[in-house]
Amino acid sequence: MIARIDPKAAYEHEIQSTTAVGKPFLKIEGVDKSYTRGGVTNEVLRDVSLTINKGEFVAVIGHSGCGKSTILNMIAGLTTVTHGAILLEDREVNAPGPDRAVVFQNHSLLPWLTVYDNVKLAVDKVFGGVKSRSERHEWVMEKLELVHMTHAKDRRPGEISGGMKQRVGIARALAMEPKVLLMDEPFGALDALTRAHLQDSVMEIHARLGNTAIMITHDVDEAVLLSDRIVMLTNGPSARVGEVLAVDLPRPRQRLELVNDPRYLAARGSVLRFLYERSHYVEAA
Amino acid sequence: MTLTAIKRSLVDTAAGPVPAAAAAKPMLAAVAPVAPAGSQPTGPIAVVATPIVSSTHPARPQSSRATKIGEQIGSILASVLPSLVVVALLLAVWEIACASPKASLPAPSKIWLEAKDLIVAPFFVNGPQDIGLGWRVLTSLQRVAIGFGLAAVVGILLGALVGQSKWAMRGLDPVFQVLRTVPPLAWLPLSLAAFRDANPSAIFVIFITAIWPIIINTAVGIRNIPQDYRNVAAVLRLNHVEFFWRIMIPSAAPYIFTGLRIGIGLSWLAIVAAEMLTGGVGIGFFIWDAWNSSRLSDIIVALVYIGLVGFLLDRVVSAVGNLATRGIQAS
Repeated sequence: MIARIDPKAAYEHEIQSTTAVGKPFLKIEGVDKSYTRGGVTNEVLRDVSLTINKGEFVAVIGHSGCGKSTILNMIAGLTTVTHGAILLEDREVNAPGPDRAVVFQNHSLLPWLTVYDNVKLAVDKVFGGVKSRSERHEWVMEKLELVHMTHAKDRRPGEISGGMKQRVGIARALAMEPKVLLMDEPFGALDALTRAHLQDSVMEIHARLGNTAIMITHDVDEAVLLSDRIVMLTNGPSARVGEVLAVDLPRPRQRLELVNDPRYLAARGSVLRFLYERSHYVEAA
Repeated sequence: MTLTAIKRSLVDTAAGPVPAAAAAKPMLAAVAPVAPAGSQPTGPIAVVATPIVSSTHPARPQSSRATKIGEQIGSILASVLPSLVVVALLLAVWEIACASPKASLPAPSKIWLEAKDLIVAPFFVNGPQDIGLGWRVLTSLQRVAIGFGLAAVVGILLGALVGQSKWAMRGLDPVFQVLRTVPPLAWLPLSLAAFRDANPSAIFVIFITAIWPIIINTAVGIRNIPQDYRNVAAVLRLNHVEFFWRIMIPSAAPYIFTGLRIGIGLSWLAIVAAEMLTGGVGIGFFIWDAWNSSRLSDIIVALVYIGLVGFLLDRVVSAVGNLATRGIQAS
């Protein structure tokens, strides 16, 4: 995980890490997930395998209820794996930790803390023993600057808009300097314009920091615009990886220029086809 | 008195610094105190003018300072006047009802004649048992402070345990549910036997009376901590102590303060009864003593004192609660 501040250098690094074959960074190996309640077992995911390289931006898409969020929660360590294993840098993931920071769907900021203190809580916890007081303050301000939220640092979550809350959620996750940034439908509850703004912010941050990121979404355009690869899940129960699509668009990507780009349209088309043809077929089977 | 209290609490919200905004949009009232200090000079209204809020709540026209003060006085009058009228009416009815010489209870005018010293001078000292009601109330309050303080600390800790742990709940909750129905005074003989002294016994009765609502409300508050906050704590790997202070207490604070408010009310109810039986200097013993020497007027004055102090205690706890939980209610 390299967090360089010089955007150009970071961007070059990002290109290297995504274009180079690279050794697998995060491995999901034959993961099953089932819940047993009252003697009845419901299988949510079956035999999901996925390898994600360092610096890669991966979107997971599927119909609602297919277990997208379950995959993310398992990587985060918030949910246990029934069979199989998840390995991050060859270490098994079995508990939550700041190396896999999560941007939650409903922001999950603590309402009694100011914007600054919400980020500070994470920074104090993760870097309490490593960085000095003033370094931690600088770190918090730097992350708030990254998401353009320094002007509202003394506000409480109840006093800022939904898009701003999600920005703070992203800043808090980035402040932990995670190996993998996990985003669970981060913009699902926002209006289209705010969503577009935040998508641009996420692309910009990804270009600057070169994070490895996994994003759960149900928005086809969002998936194509942001990610290097799109993982498409079949419908649940017992959802599995139906198809993985590499999005071969050069970065930095401009939303408006892509509208008529044939590669963009092709990628968008194949995701849509999967969602409306293939996964229906699976449902019927 | 209760009627007045309810009335007052109903209209209190309207008597705040920004009557119109507070009454119409509680969100804005919560926003005001934490607005960035130097942003704009006009205080609460300035918050309305910031971009985020203004998109939903258009800025209302600003009134001049003079009219604002006028409005404030008007709204204070509007909130206080009705209760004053009601009190005056009640006194008048009472005066008429107890006017005949054969009346078994004293009329207000007779109380004023007989117990004037108690009403006008709460803090006189004429001898070891001849002291103002203010001193007696303070003695009782001191007992309540110790008993209630202990109940708050122990109650919040036990409530956190019961709310957090399934097994602690299964083990302790039935015990609590049975014990909490025991009336306060039923504990008194046992505590007298155990402590062999009136003062600690009275404090124990306060403690045991106040603790149940605190435990139960805290436990409910802890059980209602949103899973999101627990997830945040898990990702950050907060330890138990950090989780308790950073997540549990702030998140459950509205529930905890509800418990504390019920608890302080019950404490005040119990102390008067306990002091009647244990003797000493408190306001409860004063009533019992006055009854034994047939000073009915003194008893009525003492009742007013008790009512006013109980009301004040409730308001203090509720004000502290509002202050402590304003962030949570604003979201």
